[in-house]
Amino acid sequence: MLVLITYDVKTSDREGRRRLSKVAKKCMDYGQRVQNSVFECILDSTQFRRLKYELEELIDETEDSLRFYNLGDNYKKKVDHVGAKPAYDMEGPLIL
Amino acid sequence: MKKLLNTLFVTMPDTYLSLDGENIVVKQEEAVLARYPLHNLEAVCTFGYAGVSPGLMGACASRNIALTFMTSSGRFLARVIGESRGNVVLRKEQYRISDDERRSALVARNMIVGKLYNNKWILERATRDYALRMDVERIKKVTFSLTESMKLLREVEDLEVLRGIEGAAAVQYNSVFDDLILQQKEHFYFHGRNKRPPLDNVNALLSFAYTLLANDMRSALEAVGLDAYVGFLHRDRPGRASLALDVMEELRGVMADRFVLSLINKKIINEKGFYRKENGAVIMDDETRKKVLKAWQERKQEKIVHPYLNEKVPWGLVPYAQALLLARFIRGDLDEYPPFLWK
Repeated sequence: MLVLITYDVKTSDREGRRRLSKVAKKCMDYGQRVQNSVFECILDSTQFRRLKYELEELIDETEDSLRFYNLGDNYKKKVDHVGAKPAYDMEGPLIL
Repeated sequence: MKKLLNTLFVTMPDTYLSLDGENIVVKQEEAVLARYPLHNLEAVCTFGYAGVSPGLMGACASRNIALTFMTSSGRFLARVIGESRGNVVLRKEQYRISDDERRSALVARNMIVGKLYNNKWILERATRDYALRMDVERIKKVTFSLTESMKLLREVEDLEVLRGIEGAAAVQYNSVFDDLILQQKEHFYFHGRNKRPPLDNVNALLSFAYTLLANDMRSALEAVGLDAYVGFLHRDRPGRASLALDVMEELRGVMADRFVLSLINKKIINEKGFYRKENGAVIMDDETRKKVLKAWQERKQEKIVHPYLNEKVPWGLVPYAQALLLARFIRGDLDEYPPFLWK
């Protein structure tokens, strides 16, 4: 299934910026960055739970927030892209 | 049934693959071309001289991602394997069967029955769908003789006899294979199988498709814990994945031959994509190879109902399903190996 992950991490102090880069790196491990703090990840439910747990461990819940949008298996009809930085299709042919 | 994960093909020779976190990163002169999370992949296949970092090799091995290196023409070079997986008891039983000619013959027989059955139905379907465009009578003769060969196979318990029947059936099937090519006939024709090197366009395509299928088959066998190098019909030879070739027998026609035919008949490729080297070998150009790989990946996503499991699976998981059934047979859970009978 496709999970869309967005986050807001408070970056006014050094600790916050450190958290931000950790969150970004973790999301990068699981999916592709489609916009600055927006990631699309193709996960099964186990992977999704693990990622969610790992991200919750990284953030400061009083300052930061995470949002997970579950787009299911038939996500292709639900996503439309306009403009620069088109994303690749993780489930289509990957040929370089 | 497991999920069919994606395969990454790298056909650009001047690239380097490395590991970053959980991502595979494809670089070309330090510029990052692409990055993909490893958990979405089940195989990485490189053509030409793409280099790979040891870190990535380790990561692929430990995650059971098949990492294969091939020459730009698609000839197999090397493969990275990690620890042996699965069950040693299963593998030892596999070796015992392989050492016993009669038991080997009984398994191999089912695989050959699968092959003849599937090839017969490829021809039957063609005569039904394109009755006006081919010599139906000639093809019917072949399908009849394939049926006869299948009857002969019932009693066979000897590998040599089995090979004889299989060989004769292959000659029959090959004799009408050219009839199934309906488009671009002046450039794509089949006058017999030739390989190492393939000498015409169709043989180049067939060789390439068989290599892709063999890679999938080999990874599937290893994923269920079998030894892909110890076969029943194909005997041991260093560096040859005999068991992968055995199971492939029943899948060659339905997965590779039909794939090649549809590339030609649907004009996905054309003769401009092929060139001939001095030694007569016919090679695909990069563009055509990419088209073939793309079509192969798309074909693997198409779903069918597995005739034995009665479950909807993508074509790409058929090698895995057969590996699973073979492992069940070797373990003693099934009385006979059920070949893939396509219809």
